[in-house]
Amino acid sequence: MTTGALPILEIRGLRKRFHDVEVLRGIDLVVLPQQLVFVIGPSGSGKSTLLRCCNRLEEPSAGSIRVAGVDVMARSTDINAMRRQIGMVFQSFNLYPHMTALRNVTLALAKVLGKPRAEAERIGMAALDRVGLADKARSYPGELSGGQQQRVAIARALALEPKVMLFDEPTSALDPELVGSVLNVMRELKRGGMTMLVVSHEMRFARDAADRVIFMDHGVIVEEGPPQQMFSAPSEARTRAFIAELAR
Amino acid sequence: MESWSRFLDTFFNWEVIERYFPAIMKGVVVTIEIAAAVVVTGTLLGLALAIMRTFRLLAVNALIVVFVDIFRALPPLVLVLLVYFGLPNIGINLPSFAVLWLVLALVLAAFAEEIFWAGILSIPKGQWEAARCTGLGFLGTLTYVVLPQAIRLTVPPLTNRTIAITKNTALGTVIGVGEILNQATTAQSFSGNATPLMMGAIAYVILFIPVVVLGRFLETRFTWRRV
Ligand SMILES: Nc1ncnc2c1ncn2[C@@H]1O[C@H](COP(=O)(O)OP(=O)(O)O)[C@@H](O)[C@H]1O
Ligand SMILES: [Mg+2]
Repeated sequence: MTTGALPILEIRGLRKRFHDVEVLRGIDLVVLPQQLVFVIGPSGSGKSTLLRCCNRLEEPSAGSIRVAGVDVMARSTDINAMRRQIGMVFQSFNLYPHMTALRNVTLALAKVLGKPRAEAERIGMAALDRVGLADKARSYPGELSGGQQQRVAIARALALEPKVMLFDEPTSALDPELVGSVLNVMRELKRGGMTMLVVSHEMRFARDAADRVIFMDHGVIVEEGPPQQMFSAPSEARTRAFIAELAR
Repeated sequence: MESWSRFLDTFFNWEVIERYFPAIMKGVVVTIEIAAAVVVTGTLLGLALAIMRTFRLLAVNALIVVFVDIFRALPPLVLVLLVYFGLPNIGINLPSFAVLWLVLALVLAAFAEEIFWAGILSIPKGQWEAARCTGLGFLGTLTYVVLPQAIRLTVPPLTNRTIAITKNTALGTVIGVGEILNQATTAQSFSGNATPLMMGAIAYVILFIPVVVLGRFLETRFTWRRV
């Protein structure tokens, strides 16, 4: 490789079937360090399944996935150690409702990495500060807006210093006026050099933050390219139809 | 006026009260001891079974379900008599209080297991996934994320069930455990007066009203705090 940059995420021939339905039908995808790869596609095309295979929330049926060169599927790989290097942000936030924002962020620091309380809280506060919520550290998720909850969820992933972060429609469950705050945090992560794989339909965000846009349909990557090209002049008819639909 | 004094003499006879007060108090102590032992061991065993069930081992889960269904189906009195008169035949002689404790603890464990299990199942899959994504293992997720939420949900139904089952300590009277009702019926037959039974009833009320009130308090408190 001329750039010398080894891929952070390398997916080869990924297939996933649920019973007799093949949801992913041979996905090849490489994400280089500090890249933001943006995934779009109709509902049911397999975008969530693709992300969930990356940290084995779903077991791939075939193919290989490497994160920073390590085979996620290998028997010798400690999946729990692997997972904390792969941050995941869900559409529905999934914060722990019985814990404060800070405890949500520090739980894994304390119980997985074994950090002493003071250090875990220092790291946790820094992560909350990065998403602009240091002042909400003592609040419970139920006391926060959707946008704030999603930013806490991002801080929870961020605190573990992941090598790559996966976002599954992070703003789809938010009221329109709260979407911006989450996207701004994601922009800031991108500027900070975080490698990201993002499933979303926020085209404006993709235009100014994505290095590459991937269009998926029926379990395959139909087309990919830089955002300008994908949104203005896609070459596949299916992509054009979908983009036209999105832009309405 | 005549019947009023007869009523008082039958249910609130002062002499009888004075004579049998110590015996009833002894019964109160025994009832409290057995109830406490039943509550602690029954809920802990129920929780342990519910946790065991999360491992989803087919054979183990089948055994748990069979145990739970049988102990929920049988009237506790039947179990008490069966164990008390049955076990000596196979060479096991348990003191009567132990039989009562064992039976009620198992009955409570059966109900508690179902309540805890329902609580665990009601925690959304996303909670498990979010925790596992941070590298937390199955047990860590269960301990720090799922159980604290599940147990919160189980407090109201579990409190009600616990009250219902601990009242069954009165069944001890049929196998001679010296709890409240046993002391009261013995005193009643010696004195030929119903006053000891009234004393027993009052003792139950004094004992259980605080628990019932606490149950109601927990119920409102824990439904509010659900965020
Ligand atoms: N656990 C599952 N069991 C069975 N089918 C599933 C499961 N998860 C997803 N699917 C199916 O896989 C397909 C792709 O789903 P998903 O990856 O969620 O699509 P997307 O995120 O693009 O909307 C859908 O048809 C969905 O019904
Ligand atoms: Mg999806």
